[in-house]
Amino acid sequence: MSILIGSDTTFIVQGITGREAVNLTRECLDYGAGAKIVGGVTPGRKGRDVHGIAVHDTVAACVEAHGGPIDGSVVTVPPAFTKDAVYEAIENDIKLIVIVTERIPRRDVAQMVELAELRGARLIGPNCLGIIVPDVIKMGGIGGPARNAAQAYTPGPIGVISRSGGMTTEMSSTLSAAGLGQSTAVSIGGDAIIGSTYAELMPLFDADQQTEGIVIYTEPGGRMEAELARWVTENDCTMPIVAFMAGRFMDDMPGMSFGHAGTIVEGKEDTAAEKIARLAEAGITVAEGISEIPEIMRSMLSARSAA
Amino acid sequence: MRFFEYEAREIVKRTGIPVTDFGFTTDAAEARTIAERIGGPTVIKSQVLSGGRMKAGGVKFADTPEEAESYAADILKLEINGQTPRGVLVDPKAEVKQEYYAGVVWDAVAKKPVILFSDMGGIDIEEVAAEHPDHVGRMHFSNILPLSDFHAKECIAQTGVTGRALQRLTPIVRKLAELFVDNDMVLAEINPLAEMHDGSFVALDAHMDMESEARGRHKALLADLGVGDDETRMAREPTEFELAGEAVDNASHRGVAGNVTEFDGNIGLVIGAGGGSLTLFDAVRAHGGEPANYCEIGGNPSVEKTCGLAKLVLTKPGVDKIAVMMSIVSNTRVDIVARGVIKACIELDMDPAEKIAIFRIPGAWEEEGFKILAKYGIDYADRSVSMHEAARRAVQKITAGEEASS
Repeated sequence: MSILIGSDTTFIVQGITGREAVNLTRECLDYGAGAKIVGGVTPGRKGRDVHGIAVHDTVAACVEAHGGPIDGSVVTVPPAFTKDAVYEAIENDIKLIVIVTERIPRRDVAQMVELAELRGARLIGPNCLGIIVPDVIKMGGIGGPARNAAQAYTPGPIGVISRSGGMTTEMSSTLSAAGLGQSTAVSIGGDAIIGSTYAELMPLFDADQQTEGIVIYTEPGGRMEAELARWVTENDCTMPIVAFMAGRFMDDMPGMSFGHAGTIVEGKEDTAAEKIARLAEAGITVAEGISEIPEIMRSMLSARSAA
Repeated sequence: MRFFEYEAREIVKRTGIPVTDFGFTTDAAEARTIAERIGGPTVIKSQVLSGGRMKAGGVKFADTPEEAESYAADILKLEINGQTPRGVLVDPKAEVKQEYYAGVVWDAVAKKPVILFSDMGGIDIEEVAAEHPDHVGRMHFSNILPLSDFHAKECIAQTGVTGRALQRLTPIVRKLAELFVDNDMVLAEINPLAEMHDGSFVALDAHMDMESEARGRHKALLADLGVGDDETRMAREPTEFELAGEAVDNASHRGVAGNVTEFDGNIGLVIGAGGGSLTLFDAVRAHGGEPANYCEIGGNPSVEKTCGLAKLVLTKPGVDKIAVMMSIVSNTRVDIVARGVIKACIELDMDPAEKIAIFRIPGAWEEEGFKILAKYGIDYADRSVSMHEAARRAVQKITAGEEASS
């Protein structure tokens, strides 16, 4: 199995006529069994099509044309219009929204997240590349063109959660090369406030039959890792978790932002050193390099099955 | 984007929160005029973005306008943590009965703003929270439902403050929360928020930090305050090298080849993307290498743009070779980055095979990219070589080159 999406997931692309969205649509249609993209939205472009997908003015028109509820949406519209697009998706009963757009002010993100909570919808991102279930489906630009995605991602027992889109692929490729495939890989986004954090995705992976271990990519900035550590401790989670922490150099440079908008050391709890300590306390192993992850994971998996 | 105290106070004032009758100036003689207008003792405060002003001698108490002028002259010349003051703030010396703290920040785990209040003002709130947790009130409020006085009241009441003070503080703290939301702040703080002997409250100092991404929707306020578009207000001012990197990135809107930060090492880095750059920078340092710079490539920039970035790094004094490395790319094309860095070498009359210590970018269009790299005799690696291993090779090669030439 997988989390969040599967072969039957239907979704739309909001902002479908944009350059990035056109590529993303092609990639998703080509990957695995082919994504069920049931429509696209660009206001004022009704009647056009993108790779055979009908373009509508509104999300409501997509739902009407589809003749029933739609599971998800990939939102790739400029930052100033993103909040409205996400509200539109939520109010049209879409329950899984992947927000690709970057540079959205925090206030807008927090508003989207809160409306999603009220309506029982889940947001992934912003500033993310989406979700992939190897060989089955991808929702978003994750892994790139179908051919490249197939080269990096293989089906298997590892769940991947990453604050960096590119590093999701790098880590999955390393796992694949070592014979450890992925159940689902989620690029959760690099902003300070995001729709779904590690701790919020853990229950899904924990409940998933296929997932036996978790690999996470993390950075300085924010309290998301402490939240994960707390979740693991409070829930007595015994699933092996291996973390990789990038940006350790930033501990010496408080107040400077590198890599992603959310990556900044503002206080002691933001530092890489502090996060590594928090994760270790919860029994999460922090790898020094990406190439060490498969071996650590393997030994943790075999220790667990021996127990 | 941080505001100077005089700007932060102006923002507070506009919200209707009482402030003292302060004045800002860049001129010592004018400081005297302001002090004369105020009448009575004044406080002269250096306007820098750095903390620790008091310790550094950037805050002085003047009894007369003459003293105000002489202190202002001293403070205007005093660098604090490498920063030259923007000017001085001349403030009436307040007779305070008690100091409080009021602040609003984001809680990224709750994904909501949180109001912080303490009846122990004037000191760092993190210190109060650690040593006197019962003196800190906390109250989250909704992003979409109405913010109301009771949010502020509950927060203040948590610290045991009651009576007239609670009633008077409530609207001030609520206004601060509104200011935080309306102005896309990531920090809005009044510390100290002073209770005077007549029972009135006044903001004596304020810290404000606006989210950079939201600057575009606060153009009128920023123009009013005189904040220039080119002022980054980061922890330190950008260097010439960093500004040149920004110019390269701004030359075309497609893709990123920038976010350059200057370091003083000898290993030139042309790296990407966001997470990949963080990983690679760490990896170079872990192998004992000293980077000359940090940067990011991503979103498929043009050959021209990549070339511009590579040229900038190649010509940085002290840089002999560059390492071109990224995590696996899916959007950015390997062949385009390869063409960009080779073009940079050739245009600078340098041999790409000698100048590029390693090229490790696997992913989209890698066959085409590797073909070009092979043609120029450049040492390249595919995904079977880890990012750390690529960094190790680069460090080894560049260090060996240094030793050979010395």
